[in-house]
Amino acid sequence: MPERVGVYICHCGSNIAGKIDIEKLAGFAEKLDNVALVRDYKFMCSDPGQNLIQSDLEAGLIDRVVVASCSPLMHENTFRKVCERSGVNPYLFTMTNIREQCSWVHIDEASSTEKAMDLLAASVRRAVYLEPLEKREVAINPRTLVIGGGIAGIQAALDLAEAGKEVVLVEREPSIGGHMAKFDKTFPTLDCAACILTPRMVQIGQHANIHLMSYAEVEEINGYVGNFNIKVRQKARYVDADLCNGCGMCWEKCPGTRVPRKGNVHEKLSLGPTSSIYMPFMQAIPAIPVIDRESCLYFQKGKCRICEQVCERNAINYDMEDSFEEFEVGNIIIATGFQPFDPSVIKRYGYGTLPNVLTSVEFEIMNCASGSTGGKILKADGTEPKSIGIVHCVGSRDKHYHEYCSRVCCMYALKFAHLIKEKTDAEVYNFYIDLRCFGKGYEEFYDRLLGEDVRFIRGKVGEISRWVAEEDEKDQLIVRVEDTLVGAVRRIPLDMVVLCTALEKQDGLDRVAKMCSVSVGKDGFIIEKHPKLGPVSTATDGVFIVGVAQSPKDIPDTVAQASAASSAVLSMITREKIEIEAATAEIIEEKCSGCRICNNLCPYLAINFDEEKKVSIINEALCKGCGTCVAACPSNAITAKHFNDKQIFAEIEGLLSAR
Amino acid sequence: MKLKVGIYWGAACGGCDVAILDTHEKLLDIAAKMDIYLWPIALDFKYDDVKKMEDGYLDAAIYSGAIRNSENEEIAILLRKKSKVMIALGACAHLGGIPGLANFYTRDEMLKRIYIDSESTINEEGVIPLESWNVKEGELDLPRFYNTVKTLDQVVDVEYYIPGCPPVPLQIYSALSLIWDDMLPPVGSVIGAGDKALCESCPRVKEEKTISEFKRIQQVLPDPEKCFLEQGLVCLGAATRSGCGARCIKSGVPCRGCYGPLDDVPDLGIKMLSAIASVLEPKEEKEIDDVLDTIVDPLRTFHRFSMPASILRRKKE
Amino acid sequence: MEFEPKLVGFLCNWCSYTGADLAGTARISYAPNLRAIRVMCSGRIDPTFIIKALYEGADGVLIAGCHPGDCHYQEGNYKALRRYKLLKRILPEYGVEPERVHLEWVAASEGEKFAKVVNEFTDKIKKLGPLNMKQSIFDSMKEDIVVHESAGEEKGGEADEA
Repeated sequence: MPERVGVYICHCGSNIAGKIDIEKLAGFAEKLDNVALVRDYKFMCSDPGQNLIQSDLEAGLIDRVVVASCSPLMHENTFRKVCERSGVNPYLFTMTNIREQCSWVHIDEASSTEKAMDLLAASVRRAVYLEPLEKREVAINPRTLVIGGGIAGIQAALDLAEAGKEVVLVEREPSIGGHMAKFDKTFPTLDCAACILTPRMVQIGQHANIHLMSYAEVEEINGYVGNFNIKVRQKARYVDADLCNGCGMCWEKCPGTRVPRKGNVHEKLSLGPTSSIYMPFMQAIPAIPVIDRESCLYFQKGKCRICEQVCERNAINYDMEDSFEEFEVGNIIIATGFQPFDPSVIKRYGYGTLPNVLTSVEFEIMNCASGSTGGKILKADGTEPKSIGIVHCVGSRDKHYHEYCSRVCCMYALKFAHLIKEKTDAEVYNFYIDLRCFGKGYEEFYDRLLGEDVRFIRGKVGEISRWVAEEDEKDQLIVRVEDTLVGAVRRIPLDMVVLCTALEKQDGLDRVAKMCSVSVGKDGFIIEKHPKLGPVSTATDGVFIVGVAQSPKDIPDTVAQASAASSAVLSMITREKIEIEAATAEIIEEKCSGCRICNNLCPYLAINFDEEKKVSIINEALCKGCGTCVAACPSNAITAKHFNDKQIFAEIEGLLSAR
Repeated sequence: MKLKVGIYWGAACGGCDVAILDTHEKLLDIAAKMDIYLWPIALDFKYDDVKKMEDGYLDAAIYSGAIRNSENEEIAILLRKKSKVMIALGACAHLGGIPGLANFYTRDEMLKRIYIDSESTINEEGVIPLESWNVKEGELDLPRFYNTVKTLDQVVDVEYYIPGCPPVPLQIYSALSLIWDDMLPPVGSVIGAGDKALCESCPRVKEEKTISEFKRIQQVLPDPEKCFLEQGLVCLGAATRSGCGARCIKSGVPCRGCYGPLDDVPDLGIKMLSAIASVLEPKEEKEIDDVLDTIVDPLRTFHRFSMPASILRRKKE
Repeated sequence: MEFEPKLVGFLCNWCSYTGADLAGTARISYAPNLRAIRVMCSGRIDPTFIIKALYEGADGVLIAGCHPGDCHYQEGNYKALRRYKLLKRILPEYGVEPERVHLEWVAASEGEKFAKVVNEFTDKIKKLGPLNMKQSIFDSMKEDIVVHESAGEEKGGEADEA
């Protein structure tokens, strides 16, 4: 029996009926091949509208459904559910968009109606070739991988662990804590960062549901939502974690001096010991030191072994090698954070060449009670500065570096100004473009600063130099800036300058993104599923992003995202099973010649080559149904379910058949 | 009872007929099973004898060559009428073949090129053959040279296709044996060939493909073990039906597509274009252009044998 | 009567079709000549579809996908771009002006751009005039008929719709 298509035309009140001659459209539809019945209704998406379809399907009058109404992005799901309720496969339904594509965008009724007829003819032809598809479900592994142990990863891991779910937290550095562990105070409340962070770090270390892998990196991610296979490289610490009790003898006696790495903090401003065997900072979790091979005398020169001698627990093991751990998880949270922009590329700011030009991270450490200055603000010569400039937007809001706003600089610059005023008698200058104080309590904090005798100069700093003019300026930095409120270029001698550097994508984020099959935008941050409605999800099911991995943000927003992501993961885990895309691509083995054209076209690595059978195969659990391989297959051995060649050809013919 | 068969060549080089003879001793089998009533290149060429037959008298007509002129078409129609089964033999009857490349030109352009402009021609008066000429005995005429080359099935209904330029002799034999063994597949089938693309029977090692430059066979000494396409040599094997035994590949030449497209591929050339473009390396427009510049004459390369059987069939005038 | 071209658009679901929806939601009016076919990704667009559309009567074909780097499926749009570039090169061989096939990146947020693209493309094709591919192919076969004593009914010159 030939396919019997039911056509349902929606008036959408006057949204459609006001611009399209419904009677004419219905009359046209009645004459199309395979059309068994045509109905129109005021609102097809309403209950009575849906019931029209349901009763026709249940009465067996039709076996395919075409609804001519709004965009499929709006109501495709609504009508698929109607089919399902009526015991008909939801993929035997197709939609004609005569609202967004016609009545809302075309002025003339005649041409709107004509276009609607063409679109409807295409849908009816397509409907004839639709095939029922099977819904597929996969089980969700309840364990979650969290990549990155900053405040984002810590929050997400704790939320999940507290809910009774297993978490593997992988951190690249020897300790968790991230950037927040380097801060003294947080804006705008000025509460002590360590006081709020450290207890959470301890919780991570002790939680029965959290497997913490610090000084480790994710090497490989394979699989798909619910079933990811993870391989992690545990870098050699040369210290046996089971034996070490963190007593500190080793780093106290170590004669080596660690050379700071790029992206890490300035050596003189280290939070922890600068020895070769070191703990990144005193509250590190896990509280286990690491040997820095680059500077260790034993590894470089073959002798020393002092740490081994002083260790009462015999925890030092120079023969330790990187090891690998493999496990499965159901979901992945990317919480890799940021790296600070390197301001030395802006030569005119003199970072790296002029003394007393610091980055904001360095200034944070200087302010931190456990840092090498003990929380005192000191110049390189050990004296207290009399004047300090804070330069906003270094590398942010700048076409040459990063166009985006880093979002946190204005507020921490205000915090710096406050701390300077609190700790010293120095004059403070803020050089800003705009002050963006948008969060809860932020504007109030700015108001408070205005009363603290802090100077605000609106303008972008042109240069920082040693171009001194007077004898009393000889140790000073000369800042030249256009004061755009006064309309004059000013020359300001200062003892110290802090550069509020941009937050940029974490080193290695591209690699993580590639492993997880998610895309990065042109700013380098991972693209979320939807900027408003899916801020922590990604295009890959089961992969979530939180914190600066998605875009620059402050601690409250990061924590909010982390909890959002963990709740999204929890909802996945609670479902136990997840329905995955039914409209995937499929390789028909009998037609595949094994040419391997398709093999590296799949962004999700869903296509593999079976060496035995000499044919390519698609892992349908990984396939997202984009159809790129289908268009490329030279022997049409691959079909795209729900978008196969026959269906699309029928649509083309339908579109062009009327005239 | 022996089968009654007619064999004919339209616009063809005769290679298909030679391929029938190249069945060697199997030819004796063929002769034992079939009585050949028409075979202009080898035996009998009297159209009138065929015209006198009752409709459907022949069990099979085997037609090689494209439809290039009115004689080709007339005999195709005649044989169709007189035969129970019509078989298109070879790339020209199947797809239009090499003569089909003429569809990139018009009839006038072709005649001008052949009779006037060609380098080896001296034709100062610009004489081009006329279709008819009156002499005192009456009117003489020549078949009309068509504007567009057609496949056999564009002028008559065809039951079966034996592809190839030329078809592999043994496969002609086995395809014919399907007739006398009464084992013919559903009408419309390609017989005497595979169901997959040529890569299936290609002995070369195939890997994932990324192309950053195209070369021509005379410019390089290709690695004999490695897939041609991966070496930047345009090979149509991935889009072409197998069955030839990879004879070109084994001789060190990439596939040129004579066995035609796979089932459900409406346009071999365009499909190959899609496949090749998909595996280009660059992403930036300029770099893509640089790579594409290295493909010489892409459309005629992709449509070397199949232009008349493609969606657009010919160049628009 | 002014020539009203018939245009076929292949729009990717995530960016361009959504962009077109936005043009609708924002009531930005544009030329009614384009008829859209929704595919999940511009990477699904087989050049065969475009050739087929031209053959079936389209005067122009628009391909629209996500901007480079923004593809919902990461890189489908790059594949679309490569195929498009090669296809454009061969169109003149068919006697088809390459401008009749046009690719444009339209983001989900670019409702206005979508409308502009459709308007500009419509204008461009209006200037080029009708394509009439199928008709012209069969017109050029009109003279290809059996002139000799025929053995049966004529089939030459007729459209073969099989």
